[in-house]
Amino acid sequence: MSNAQTAYSEDVQDMLKVIADLTGPPAGAYNIRVDGKSVGRQSSSNIEIKSKENGQGIEIYVRPGTKGEFVHIPVVVDQSGFSDIVYNDFYIGEGADVDIVAGCGIHNDGTHLSQHDGIHTFHVEKNAKVRYTEKHYGEGNGSGERVLNPVTVVHLEENSYLEMETVQIEGVDSTKRVTNGDLKDGARLVIKEKLMTSGKQRATTEFNVELNGVGCSANVMSRSVAKGESFQAFYSKIDGNNVCAGHSECDAIIMDNACVKAVPEITANHVDASLIHEAAIGKIAGEQITKLMTLGLSQSEAEKEIVKGFLK
Amino acid sequence: MLELKNISFSVTDDAKHKSKEILKNVSLTVDEDSFVVITGPNGGGKSTLAKIIMGIEKPTSGRILFQGQDITELDIHERANLGIGFTFQQPVRFKGLTVKDLLRLATKKDMRTDELCVYLSEVGLCAADYINREINASLSGGELKRIEIAMLRARGVELSVFDEPEAGIDLWSFQNLIRVFERIRDEKHGSVIIISHQERILEIADKIVVISGGEIAKTGKKEEILPQLLSESPACCEFYKAKTPREA
Repeated sequence: MSNAQTAYSEDVQDMLKVIADLTGPPAGAYNIRVDGKSVGRQSSSNIEIKSKENGQGIEIYVRPGTKGEFVHIPVVVDQSGFSDIVYNDFYIGEGADVDIVAGCGIHNDGTHLSQHDGIHTFHVEKNAKVRYTEKHYGEGNGSGERVLNPVTVVHLEENSYLEMETVQIEGVDSTKRVTNGDLKDGARLVIKEKLMTSGKQRATTEFNVELNGVGCSANVMSRSVAKGESFQAFYSKIDGNNVCAGHSECDAIIMDNACVKAVPEITANHVDASLIHEAAIGKIAGEQITKLMTLGLSQSEAEKEIVKGFLK
Repeated sequence: MLELKNISFSVTDDAKHKSKEILKNVSLTVDEDSFVVITGPNGGGKSTLAKIIMGIEKPTSGRILFQGQDITELDIHERANLGIGFTFQQPVRFKGLTVKDLLRLATKKDMRTDELCVYLSEVGLCAADYINREINASLSGGELKRIEIAMLRARGVELSVFDEPEAGIDLWSFQNLIRVFERIRDEKHGSVIIISHQERILEIADKIVVISGGEIAKTGKKEEILPQLLSESPACCEFYKAKTPREA
């Protein structure tokens, strides 16, 4: 495909811009999936993308030692009533250092439910580093629901590192996000979640981390804003099974008639496991609004800036 | 440029079903480009008066005129946009918002690092080290205070109100703070009201107002009021005489 953009409708192009910051075909390896089909794919000399034999997803192979390359694998659901499930497996070779940009956008102008469930499994070999970004977004004027249920499974070998940033700011009616990780000696896992719900949207997040190796660590951070009548639940479970460090933090701003539930769980199965959890839920502090008003912002402008900064 | 006319402010003590008068019929005039320090014992109503000027509290009775316009009913942001600025005694923390973000909101423009440097270096902070720092618990009280002052300076307002700028800051910051206030006074751009207990700050004033028990006990030129305050201060009390917050 010579130009990833020209082949798609305006809605799909807009969505690719939002979820993967793409205005044309990206450099390096990519796979673009629209309504359950791969509509553009490119491998690079170091990164191979191929279809699974059962046709239910793709496999991404990053050669050992690959440095500074990107992989883009955005997904768009543009058809109302379409339900998509895909299994993508990533094999990150020893010592590689790459950025992976995923993300899913649903455009639903119809009355039927549109859904995408992406199951991503990462096998990160020794000393490899991955920065994984995943944006979720929904839009459309139809009454049909927009549903996203991503599952991310991370296997981290010795001294490997994965940083995952997930963002879901608007337009998704229902989401259940599950992230499971297991870490070997010296491995590090960092997860940053940013989430905003409004209207009657529902979002559930589950993190399950097994700290198995000597000196491994995990840091799970969630910042969320719940508006309107929306509901959010945050479950974070970290098991420290060795000399390790685990930290989980859930910080939520609640507005209107929303509901936020945070259930952090830490279990130390080793005397030298150092585990911390923090959870804070509250409305925007009145003094923060007052401070910004003294700079000339109206109350609603102040609230908007505080939320924007919080989710930045 | 600012006139407070017969300002009274009461709060209701729900437990005792009683009304408590914090300010009683306070009238005060602040001239163009003047430097006024309001002082007096704790609980006397100084900070309340500062908040009433900014609109954070609304007076129970009385009128406020700013540059001839009655602003009594205006909201905080409307007064801010007319040219009134305020620094908090306890600076507010924000998760996610950075020093650069707040300076952008304060000045309503994206500033380059060298522009930010002008305001941050004045309060002893290096822009390169601070612009991307979040205004959160990772910053010390002294750093927050200095950022607060830099924000107000960057706005370039007609009337700056500082509520106990010396509270909670370290010795180094205090020395620097005094220099900043000396510069503001010498610039003669806009009027300044500082709520303070510190003799070093009182010394910079053109005019000193003493508020005690919700009323103006004294008002006049520094040369007239300051010696009285220092001579009245009892030997057991370091009030006013403290040279620095640490010695206070």
